[in-house]
Amino acid sequence: MKEYLNNIWSAISTIFIGMSVTWKHMFVPSVTIQYPDVKLDLPERERNRLYVNMDDCIGCDQCARACPVNCIEIETVKSLPEEDLGKTSNGKKKALWVTKFDIDIAKCCYCQLCVFPCPTECIYMTDVYEFSEYERENLLYDFATLTPDERVQKKINYEKLEAEKAAQKAAAAEAAAKAKAAEKKEDNKEQN
Amino acid sequence: MIYQFFSNLFNNQIIGYIISGALPLLFFILPFVLVAVYMERKVSAHMQDRLGPMRVGWHGVLQTIADLLKLLQKEDIVATPNDRPLFNLAPVVVFAGSYAAFAAIPFSSAYIGSNLDLGIIYIIAATGLVVAGILMSGWASNNKYTLLGAMRSAAQIISYEIPTLLVVLSLIMITGTMNLETLSQMQTGYFWNWMIFGGPGLGLEKFLLLPFMIIGFFVIYISTLAEVNRTPFDIPEAESELVSGYHTEYSGMKFSIFFLAEYANMFAVSAIVAALFFGGYQSPFGYLGNTLGAHWLVPIEQFFWFTVKGVFFVFVQMWLRWTLPRLRVDQLMAVCWKYLIPIAFVNLIIVGLITIL
Repeated sequence: MKEYLNNIWSAISTIFIGMSVTWKHMFVPSVTIQYPDVKLDLPERERNRLYVNMDDCIGCDQCARACPVNCIEIETVKSLPEEDLGKTSNGKKKALWVTKFDIDIAKCCYCQLCVFPCPTECIYMTDVYEFSEYERENLLYDFATLTPDERVQKKINYEKLEAEKAAQKAAAAEAAAKAKAAEKKEDNKEQN
Repeated sequence: MIYQFFSNLFNNQIIGYIISGALPLLFFILPFVLVAVYMERKVSAHMQDRLGPMRVGWHGVLQTIADLLKLLQKEDIVATPNDRPLFNLAPVVVFAGSYAAFAAIPFSSAYIGSNLDLGIIYIIAATGLVVAGILMSGWASNNKYTLLGAMRSAAQIISYEIPTLLVVLSLIMITGTMNLETLSQMQTGYFWNWMIFGGPGLGLEKFLLLPFMIIGFFVIYISTLAEVNRTPFDIPEAESELVSGYHTEYSGMKFSIFFLAEYANMFAVSAIVAALFFGGYQSPFGYLGNTLGAHWLVPIEQFFWFTVKGVFFVFVQMWLRWTLPRLRVDQLMAVCWKYLIPIAFVNLIIVGLITIL
């Protein structure tokens, strides 16, 4: 009987204690924020979407080699001797056309390992974290500044240069071979 | 009352029936549900230090209307293994049960659907129909969770009707009437005439009754809370274990009818508690209409007070919901059979002895 009455008393009193707690919480200011309107301040060293400042990129491929998931793909073409590509902001001379600089952000693991090797500090993490897409292809970011035509053109230019060089080399080699052959003949004659 | 007014107005009985029948639905239940769903979400949010709906309208006030539009557009799914006629009938039965209760609820001295002499007993009987609807829906859904929910609901509602009825009986013994209108009229004057404070009069009986009326109020409030399947007695529709119990398989409008019935039921039981213990539609401190001499204002004030009392008890239901965890099935039965029914019985006997003296 005593236990029975105790049960009733503890049930009623604990219900009122609980109700007073929830009543107090009615007037506690909300701990949540109205997310798309209000955003929390991110920590100082947050790692989010990668960005490449192509004005400073020298196409050294170090970021692509540092990447543990191979999400960066870079292709470069040597510039012609008469072309001037300008300088990076920290004074390095650019010598390569970057014809491809793709970052597959869907693969990116946000480890920031690509950021440290960069000699010109042109690849870095931004504070953008809302970039969801409906199509997976849209997550393949193309950073190269050249137009598709220019990219092809730069390749052709370089190939022409190479071909010219090769032709010159071949011509030079032929000439050298001829000269050698002529020398040998003369030597043979002398021996005979 | 209201039926006579409308049949005289249109000189046609059928139009009178239809209008008086649809009036509480269109002008009371639907707006109440719109407000109550919004209130439920806001109360729960603020009790959990959140903000709740904020984006549709000012502080999300139009959220319920947006939800309603969404529910209207949804596909009405009836799966092949479902028992089609029962499945379609169940929401109607559930809603009819809770709507029938509104016929005898006295909203104000000028508006009561039907001034039944058996008022309170009729309401308890009509809300009993809800059990049939819930069982139908649980069985027709052909799903083990819905069936479990429906069985639990039936067991729960039927067992909790006993303490409700015992407390109602003790009130009937004091007042000598089952008519809710007369019951409300008896508690007129100031708030110390309410039944919770021992009823009208200032004799010794009032002070003897006072503690037992408070016990009675607690018992009837807890048991009506269980009858409308609200937390902590929401095991029939436990979201986390039964995936919402008996209305799991319903979608679109049928689901919203269940929802409507649940909220209508919440108000109905709150209204019963208010009418029995808290003076019904009587104002706690006199009427403005009487002091100003504008007597037409009195019924409007009474309607206001009745709604305020009803909504307050609905608020307390929400408050309890976000305070207490759900009971186990055995605990639920223990609360009813081991605690509420014996207490209500002892209460009934003591109240009976006091009224004899």
